[in-house]
Amino acid sequence: MIDPKVLERHGLTPDEYDRIVAFMGREPNLTELGIFSVMWSEHCSYKSSRVHLKTLPTRGPQVLQGPGENAGAVDIGDGLAAVFKIESHNHPSFIEPYQGAATGVGGIIRDIFTMGARPIALLNSLRFGSLDATATRRILEGVVAGIAGYGNSIGIPTVGGEIGFEPSYAGNPLVNVFCLGISKASDIIKGVASGAGNAVYYVGAKTGRDGIHGATMASAEFDEKSAEKRPAVQVGDPFMEKLLLEACLEVMRTDALVGIQDMGAAGLTCSTTEMGSRGGAGVEIDVANVPQREAGMTPYEIMLSESQERMLLVVKRGREAEVERIFDKWDLHASHIGEVTTDGMLRVREHGKLVAEIPNRALTDEAPVYHRPMAEPEYLSDVRGLDLDGLRRDARLRDDNGALLALLGSPAIGSKHWVYRQYDHMVRTNTINMPGMGAGVVRIKDTDRALAMSVDGNGRYCYLNPKRGAMLAVAEAARNVACAGARPLAATNCLNFGNPERPSIMWQFAQAVEGIGEACRALDTPITGGNVSLYNETDGKAIYPTPVIGVVGLLEHAERVVSRTFKAAGDAIVLFGEGFGELGGSEYLKVAYGLLQGEPPSLDLPAERALQDLVRQLADARLLRSAHDCSDGGLAVALAECAFDTGGIGAEASIDAVSVSRDSEINRAAALFGESPSRVVVSVAPDAVTDVLNRANVAGVPARVIGRTGGQELRIAVGGHTAITIAVSEAERAWSNAIEHYFAKRVA
Amino acid sequence: MKFGIVVFPGSNCDHDAYHASKHVLGQDAEFLWHKDTDLKGADALILPGGFSYGDYLRTGAIARFSPIMPAVQAFAAKGGPVLGICNGFQILLEAGLIPGAMLRNRTVKFICAHVHIRVEQTDTPFTSSARKGQVLRIPIAHGEGNYFATPDVLAKLEANRQVIFRYTTAQGDVTDESNPNGSIAGIAGLCNEGRNVVGMMPHPERASESALGSADGRVILESVVQSLKTGVLVARA
Repeated sequence: MIDPKVLERHGLTPDEYDRIVAFMGREPNLTELGIFSVMWSEHCSYKSSRVHLKTLPTRGPQVLQGPGENAGAVDIGDGLAAVFKIESHNHPSFIEPYQGAATGVGGIIRDIFTMGARPIALLNSLRFGSLDATATRRILEGVVAGIAGYGNSIGIPTVGGEIGFEPSYAGNPLVNVFCLGISKASDIIKGVASGAGNAVYYVGAKTGRDGIHGATMASAEFDEKSAEKRPAVQVGDPFMEKLLLEACLEVMRTDALVGIQDMGAAGLTCSTTEMGSRGGAGVEIDVANVPQREAGMTPYEIMLSESQERMLLVVKRGREAEVERIFDKWDLHASHIGEVTTDGMLRVREHGKLVAEIPNRALTDEAPVYHRPMAEPEYLSDVRGLDLDGLRRDARLRDDNGALLALLGSPAIGSKHWVYRQYDHMVRTNTINMPGMGAGVVRIKDTDRALAMSVDGNGRYCYLNPKRGAMLAVAEAARNVACAGARPLAATNCLNFGNPERPSIMWQFAQAVEGIGEACRALDTPITGGNVSLYNETDGKAIYPTPVIGVVGLLEHAERVVSRTFKAAGDAIVLFGEGFGELGGSEYLKVAYGLLQGEPPSLDLPAERALQDLVRQLADARLLRSAHDCSDGGLAVALAECAFDTGGIGAEASIDAVSVSRDSEINRAAALFGESPSRVVVSVAPDAVTDVLNRANVAGVPARVIGRTGGQELRIAVGGHTAITIAVSEAERAWSNAIEHYFAKRVA
Repeated sequence: MKFGIVVFPGSNCDHDAYHASKHVLGQDAEFLWHKDTDLKGADALILPGGFSYGDYLRTGAIARFSPIMPAVQAFAAKGGPVLGICNGFQILLEAGLIPGAMLRNRTVKFICAHVHIRVEQTDTPFTSSARKGQVLRIPIAHGEGNYFATPDVLAKLEANRQVIFRYTTAQGDVTDESNPNGSIAGIAGLCNEGRNVVGMMPHPERASESALGSADGRVILESVVQSLKTGVLVARA
C-alpha cells in the first residue's frame, strides 16, 4: 500500500508520485516504487542541477568522451586516452569515515576501469571541521585510513590532493576522490546494452542488504538521527575489486563485450536501466540468479542494494564461455542473470514471475528536471564589505615573522605529509612528482609523455562570491598543472553544495557553474564529467559552497617535469604576474583576525591563460629549476614553500609594496600575504634569466627578478624595508608540524 | 638471465618488478601465475609486493598455500636465488623460508616514504655488487613491516650474519628515529641460512631509476645478474 508515509521514506514528493502513475498508467508496486525512488533521486537524476550543468563547455578536439558515460576521456597522443573523473562520497564518510571513504575510492576506480582503462593514479580533495575538535580528528583519521586502505591494497598510487579545514564542514565532511586511467583511444568501452538476446552477466561480490537507499540518503540533509543510517553505508573489499579490475581488463581485451557498467549508486537498478537506455534497448533480469549474501532477500532489496565491487556486463552471443573462463581464472564467478531485449523496458523477474516492469525512458530521460527558484543569500551583504583600516590584529601576529609562522603552521597551508605518507604514492613506479611537490605527475611508460593532475577548490572564496570562487578554483587547478610543465587539457568537477530546495543554495550553485563555465572556456579545459553532491547540510546548516575542480594536463617530455622546490643556491627568483594586495577571503584574514570577509581576489582570465602558457613553454625549454604558484597565504608563503624540502636552501627577495589601507602594517601584510592569483614564483639558473625575461615580455606576462636563492634564511623585504627574516629550519618546522602536532600523542 | 615474477591474486608490484628487471636492467623476465607449478626456466625468482589475498587473514598467510609455492620452495632448496619484496618478504616468513614474523608498524599506520638502509652483508646474490656498509635510499610502503623474532632466533640470525639490511640515518647510523616501523634491531631485510633467499621490506624496484627519485635500489637486482654470471654465491637451480 503506497501512502504518503511510504513516499516520504522513499524521498519522493506527491507530485513525483503522480508523474510515476501517469507514466505507468497504473499504480506502481513497491519494488517499482523503490526503483523509481533511486533513479529519480537527486544523486542519480541530477534533477536540480541538470539545467545548469547543460551550460558547461564539454567539447574540444582533445575530448574523446564528454559527460554522460562512466567517465570522461581525452586524447593524449600516441593513440592513447586519459580517462578520468571525480566523485564525492561525503554523506557515507560522515556516518562511517573509514568505509565511507574507502568505498568512495572503490567506486571511482570502477568508473575508470569500466571504460576499459587501467587506473594509474588517484587524487583526493577533502574538507573537515576544525582540527581542534576531537570529532574532526576522528573523522580525518578514519577517512585517510579508508582511502589508504583501499587505494594501497588495490595498488593504485594516490599522487596528490588537497585538504581544507573550516568549521562549516564539521558536520558534513567532504570526501571527493579523483581517478585517472590510461587506455588505447580506440579501445574505450561504453556502458551500453544492445543486441537482442545478448546475455547479461553479473560478476563480483554477492548482493547483500548493505547500502539500500544509499542514493536516497545522499539526497537528504543530515540531522541528529543520521548516525542511525549506518546500515546504508557499504563495506569495501579492495581485494575483490583488484580481482575484478584485472579480470575485467582481461575480458575487455577479447572483444567479447558489448558493454559494461559498475554497480555504484542505486546498484543493479541503475546499471540495468542506464545500459539499456544508452543502447536504446531493454534489459530483462531474474533476481533469483543474482548471487546473494543472505537468504530471503526480496526483489526490492536486490534491486536497491548498493553492495560494492559488482559489475554488470553484456556479452556478445556465442562468446559466453570465453568470458566465463577468464573470470574463473581470477576465482570470480560470472552469473548469467538476464538478456538484452528490444522493447526498451526494464523487466525484473523472480523465478520467472514478473515483479517489476518499467520503461527505461521513464527512469532516465523522463526523470523530473527542476528549475528551482534562486535568490541571492542574505548573508552576502554582511560579509562582502571589508574595512582594512579598522582591523585589530592579534598581538602575537603584530610582527611579520609571527604572522608567517602562524600561516605556515595552519593546517590549511602546512605540510600534508602526515596524510600522504599513509597513501602508497609510488606503486606502479610512474610517480615523477610526489605529493607535496605541486601537481601529481605520472609518466606513461613506453612513451616520452607524462600526465599532470591537480584538484583544487576554495570554499571560503565561494562563500563570499560563488562565481568568482569557482573561476579561481579552475584557474588554480590549471595553474598547478602548468607549473609542473604540462598543458592543461580538460577538467572534471565535483560540486558540493547544500540543500537545492533553498533558493539561496540554488543561487550559489548556479553562480558557481557559471564561473566554472567561463573559466573552462577561457583556459580551454572543457568539462568531461563529474559529480554533484547536494544536501550537504546538518541541522539546517549548509557547508560553504565547494566546487572542486580536477584538471589533467599533458607533458610531451616526462623528464622536463618541474617541481615546487628550489634546486640550488645562487639561482635567480623570478615572479610572474602582479600582486594587488588582495586580502578578501584570505587565509591571512582568517588566521590573524578570525575573519571571513571581503571579495575574493579578482581574476583576469586572459592574463591567467598567458601566464600558464608561458610557464609551460619555459618548462619545455628547460629554463625553469622550480615553479610554484601563489595561492593560500600569498607570495611570502609561496617563497617559503619553495625553500622547504630542499635541505635548507634559503632565499632573499624584495617585493613591491601595496597600498590598500591607511595602516602600514596592513599594507605590508597585504603585500606579503595577499592572495592575488595568476602569480608564479620560479627559480632560474643565472645564465637563463635574460632569456626568461625576454620570453615573458613577448608573452605579455609581467615578470621581474625579485631575489636570489641561497643562505639558510628566508629574508623578504617589502618596498625596500625588511619585513621577514627567519631561519628556513624554523619556518619548515612550523609547516611540517601543522597537522602532525594534532596527532603527536598518538605517534610512538 | 631470466627473472620469474610470481603473481598472486592481489600482487600489485608485479609489474614494477617486471619493469625494473626487463626494461631497466635489460634482462629477460616472465610472470609466473600462482596457480602454475612450472617456473618456466627462471634463473631468479621475485615474490613482489602487494596485498596477496587482500592480506585479510594475516599478511602472506594465504599466499604461502598457492600451488606455485612448492616449486618456489624446491627452487630455494636447490640454492636458486629468491627475493621477496614487502608482501613477498611477508610470504617468505609465512612459508618458513626465513624465520620471524611481521607486526603492525609501531605508528599503527601505513607508511610510504623514502628511508635509508645499510647493506650489512654482501655475500648474498642480492647484495654482491654492493659495498658493505653502503647506505641506500629506498622507499618503503607497508602497514606491517615491524619485524619481530624471539631473542634466541634473533641471536642466531645475528650470529649467522643473516641480517642483510638495517634502517639507518642517511649517514648509516642505526637510531630509533631512523627506524620507521619499530623493527627489532632495525632489521629491514634478512636472508635464509643458505643465503640464497633474501626478504626485504623496502622496494628496490621503486628506486631503480633517477626519474623516480632514487636509483639506489638498482644494485640489488644488478647483484643477482652478476652473481648468476660469475656463478659465485648462487646455484643454477
